[in-house]
Amino acid sequence: MTGREAAAQRRALVCVAPTVLALGALTVYPGIWVLWLSLQHRIPIFDVSRFAGLENYAFLAVDSRFWSAAHTTAIFTLGSVALEVTLGVTAALAIHTVRRGRRLALSLLLLAWAMPAVVAAKLFEWLYHPAAGLINVALGRYSINWLGDPAAALPAVILADVWRTMPFVAILCYARLLAIPADVYEAAQVDGAGRLATLTRITLPLLGRILLLAALFRTLDALRAFDIMFVLTGGGPAGTTETLTVYAYRALFQTLQLGFGSALSVVVFLLVMAVAWAYLKILRTGAVAA
Amino acid sequence: MRRPVRTLADVAVVVALAAYAIPFFWQLLTSFKPEAELLRVPPLLPSRLTLSHYRVVIEQSLMPRALGNSLGIATLTTLVALVAGMPAAYAVARLPLPGKRPLLLAIVASTAFPQIATVSPLYLLMRALDLRDTWTGLVLVHASFALPLTVWLLAGFIREIPIEAEEAASVDGAGLVRTFRWVVVPLLAPGLASTALLTFLFSWNEFLFAYTFTVSEASRTIPVALALFPGVFEVPWGDIAAASMLASLPPVLIVVALQRFLVRGLVAGAVKE
Repeated sequence: MTGREAAAQRRALVCVAPTVLALGALTVYPGIWVLWLSLQHRIPIFDVSRFAGLENYAFLAVDSRFWSAAHTTAIFTLGSVALEVTLGVTAALAIHTVRRGRRLALSLLLLAWAMPAVVAAKLFEWLYHPAAGLINVALGRYSINWLGDPAAALPAVILADVWRTMPFVAILCYARLLAIPADVYEAAQVDGAGRLATLTRITLPLLGRILLLAALFRTLDALRAFDIMFVLTGGGPAGTTETLTVYAYRALFQTLQLGFGSALSVVVFLLVMAVAWAYLKILRTGAVAA
Repeated sequence: MRRPVRTLADVAVVVALAAYAIPFFWQLLTSFKPEAELLRVPPLLPSRLTLSHYRVVIEQSLMPRALGNSLGIATLTTLVALVAGMPAAYAVARLPLPGKRPLLLAIVASTAFPQIATVSPLYLLMRALDLRDTWTGLVLVHASFALPLTVWLLAGFIREIPIEAEEAASVDGAGLVRTFRWVVVPLLAPGLASTALLTFLFSWNEFLFAYTFTVSEASRTIPVALALFPGVFEVPWGDIAAASMLASLPPVLIVVALQRFLVRGLVAGAVKE
């Protein structure tokens, strides 16, 4: 290597140094620390602090609250991602047909996505109000105690989450639709393809890859979702909306079990990484057309 | 399709999207409803509009303080993330950086990082450094959490700039810093705006860290203040509605006024690989 090349490499390293330092200090280091914490029995208020090995993880295996939270996380993730993708594609196709007023359409769509999840939770808390909520007023005498009924609370939380995050899926699809050249559609028309055939044979397959990517991002977000259920239901009623992240948070900061809560956090982390890896594997194999 | 049908279809889509935004508009209407009419539905429309809820929120609650905190923390987070992220993005996109692939892999992996995984050690770290309940603590955490996406987006935008401009500047004898400042940054402006908006929104909306690391009104951000909005005997729905509207004001302004940059950033983050 010449002196000039070495100097260029040194300069490049100086450029990335602040980012690497910040990530090292505030993401990687805590990421290793949390592993260490998860191997300890640590309850500060009782002044308990000792090495516990894998005890916390062993307890998780027999902890019914953990399995219930895992179950809730799975339903929340599958339910919200499936709805978001379906609604997102529909919204994108609809906006794509608009000739005049696209800006307004996109503004109305993105409104829900841009606001804090805490605000979305407050909007839905008001919509779900047992007596004066818009939803129950519309349902008339079939009204439901949305956030108080163990059977209704999780669907209610899913609905609020879908409302806020569907626009993200829709925007990605919409951008992909804009990138499909017009001659693709013209060729289909020449071949005598009807509108339905064009949609199912051409448009949707071309959306495959971006949908998979959108589903990946949304799945990762849904697995670590916290704000919406923490504010809307606090994990209740009767723990029916308590996901793994909410359980981990409560163990850490409400019952102050630093070691056990950290073990739960590590599980969430591993889950997210495993799902990300699986999705990337599918994207790599090219099973879905670009 | 004929023109009137076309227009009708356009109107139908916009109306459907307006219906989608009803949760927001309903809260907006609630924030102007007189207290006595809040729980009397139907009728849906109030007999008159009032500013009393906004008056209560602005004069008697801690919301104005929280708004200030959020504005300050989100702005500083954006600045720190951009200042630290820009050189890194340039190095990733253009310079002969050793270990580029592992670094990129680490950056992509850390965008998937769940916040809950680091919140317990970060809490201990904040306590040890005496940064709990300070702007500095939250800005550092938010900026480092936003950095991977910032670098990723900016690197993508830099790659879109034709390299000839930089080569010409270098032939003219401009050094790295001057080339970056006078050639790259001006061409990068729209991408910079997109990245800044997404970073700002992330910090403005972020709840888990803000909730954990803030203790008092000294640093409490707006989502936290809203989540903890006090009610004495009953839930003050009108005041909460007014506070929600204040909390969503910057995001709504961004969506309406800076939509182009927002959409570009969103799409770039997902599509570039």
